[in-house]
Amino acid sequence: MTNEALQNLISTWVPDFISSKLEFTEEESQFLNITVQPADLHKLLARLKSNSKTNFDYLFCLSGVDWGVELGVVYHLESTTHNHMIVVKVKTEDRDAPVFDSVHDIWKTAEFHECEAFDFFGVQFNNHPNLRRLFLTEDWDGFPLRKDYVDDINMIVK
Amino acid sequence: METSTINNNFKSEEYFINMGPQHPATHGVLRLLLTIDGETIKNVEPDLGYIHRSIEKMCERDSYQQIVHLTDRMDYLSSNINNEAVCLAVENALQIEVPDRVKVIRTIIAELTRIASHNLWWGVMGMDVGALTTYFYAFRDREMINDIFEETCGARLTMNYNVPGGLMFDIHPNFVKRVKEFIAHFKTKLPEYDTLLTNNVIFQKRMRGVGLLSKEDAISYGASGPVGRGSGYSCDVRKIHPYSALDKVTFNEALRTDGDSFARYEVRIQEMWESISIIEQLIDNIPEGDYKVETNAVIKLPKGEFYQKVETARGELGVYIISTGTKNPYRLKFRSPGFSNLSLLNHIAVGGKIGDLVASMATLDLVIPDIDR
Repeated sequence: MTNEALQNLISTWVPDFISSKLEFTEEESQFLNITVQPADLHKLLARLKSNSKTNFDYLFCLSGVDWGVELGVVYHLESTTHNHMIVVKVKTEDRDAPVFDSVHDIWKTAEFHECEAFDFFGVQFNNHPNLRRLFLTEDWDGFPLRKDYVDDINMIVK
Repeated sequence: METSTINNNFKSEEYFINMGPQHPATHGVLRLLLTIDGETIKNVEPDLGYIHRSIEKMCERDSYQQIVHLTDRMDYLSSNINNEAVCLAVENALQIEVPDRVKVIRTIIAELTRIASHNLWWGVMGMDVGALTTYFYAFRDREMINDIFEETCGARLTMNYNVPGGLMFDIHPNFVKRVKEFIAHFKTKLPEYDTLLTNNVIFQKRMRGVGLLSKEDAISYGASGPVGRGSGYSCDVRKIHPYSALDKVTFNEALRTDGDSFARYEVRIQEMWESISIIEQLIDNIPEGDYKVETNAVIKLPKGEFYQKVETARGELGVYIISTGTKNPYRLKFRSPGFSNLSLLNHIAVGGKIGDLVASMATLDLVIPDIDR
């Protein structure tokens, strides 16, 4: 499907969501980007995979991102049958306790990638079976890939 | 003694055992926390970070030329392909079209890198399952590729030969001759690999039916590279999203449907043959021209998000750049193939024996700095 066809199809799902809001953009990116409210994240992603026309069965990248004010997660999805790609973003301004729904039940690889996002950005995931510090030690203070993280000894700031 | 007492003395009990971080079969500093019952594995929990250098954070303060240099240190056996990934991402963002000469040389070097990587994998994988001789066979042939790399750019492993806009310098006058010598040599040696190991009955019994992975699970776990293709999942980025000179060559995607360790083994052996074929198609037809397009000394990417996929020896490497228009990326994420491939280790190891875990892990071809970044 083309980006336009994808956008048209996914727009028809909007009334089913709690917030009734999805933001689409193709600006400054080679993919179609959807920004979704945290409450609707799991429902949207599950539907993107289960719908036979979209069939996004391959989560190839899951990245935590700190946009300065907002913290969030970016999901890069691809369909192995239709060969189209899409990007889903979810953001929150709550930096003390950012929580999203886990998608490990949709794509099994997410379990690992969500641990990574938790480790470096402090993003929590609901219903995650084993959310833990994957790279850093259990007693590590702070989340190093956040923009406001400071470590006077180990970080060289230019 | 009554029967019940005897049973109590030999009752089954789960216990933990640490494999690594300094275990020879993990080929790096990976720690696996095994839950085992007797010798049967109940759970595998990887613990990472022993060699984490926070490359993604370092990228946020470095220029794009410096980032290329850091990627050598991720998957050091595919160093040149990692460099290519970042260069392609930057070139696409700046909308630079590199000369055909650069594309062809990049592809030849990438396929040589792939052969060298699979070669080393074949050697150490044989060692993991107890066949020590493979190591010496593999290193004999790999040495020739490293010599070519050394003559080309001065480095044997962490090459840093690609720069945004092209190559650091032109190929050595001997390059074509030596690559042809290597191809001629390797074509006589690769069948030896089959004679020595592939057709060995003991080896086959250790590999067949071990570490089973279905196609659905391969996709769900984000498997890529030979791990995915061993399960019949057609995931070669070189076919799906061709880059550099890969649209000019014909080659077969190595696919097996068994999904066991032996299938993954066969995929890599066939991939070496396919890489030879790709190099043969290109080596006589390297176009004349510049080896580089001049870029600004300070590269600033336009505001936006850029994603580039390439096929390294281990699978799909993704470079995700978020740029705010400055000389550093705002955020740079490497989607490393080893990290996703490691996520399925628990799935394929549970229910098997510790010896099988070693064999399965060998066919995942994990490189720890690629996972830890």
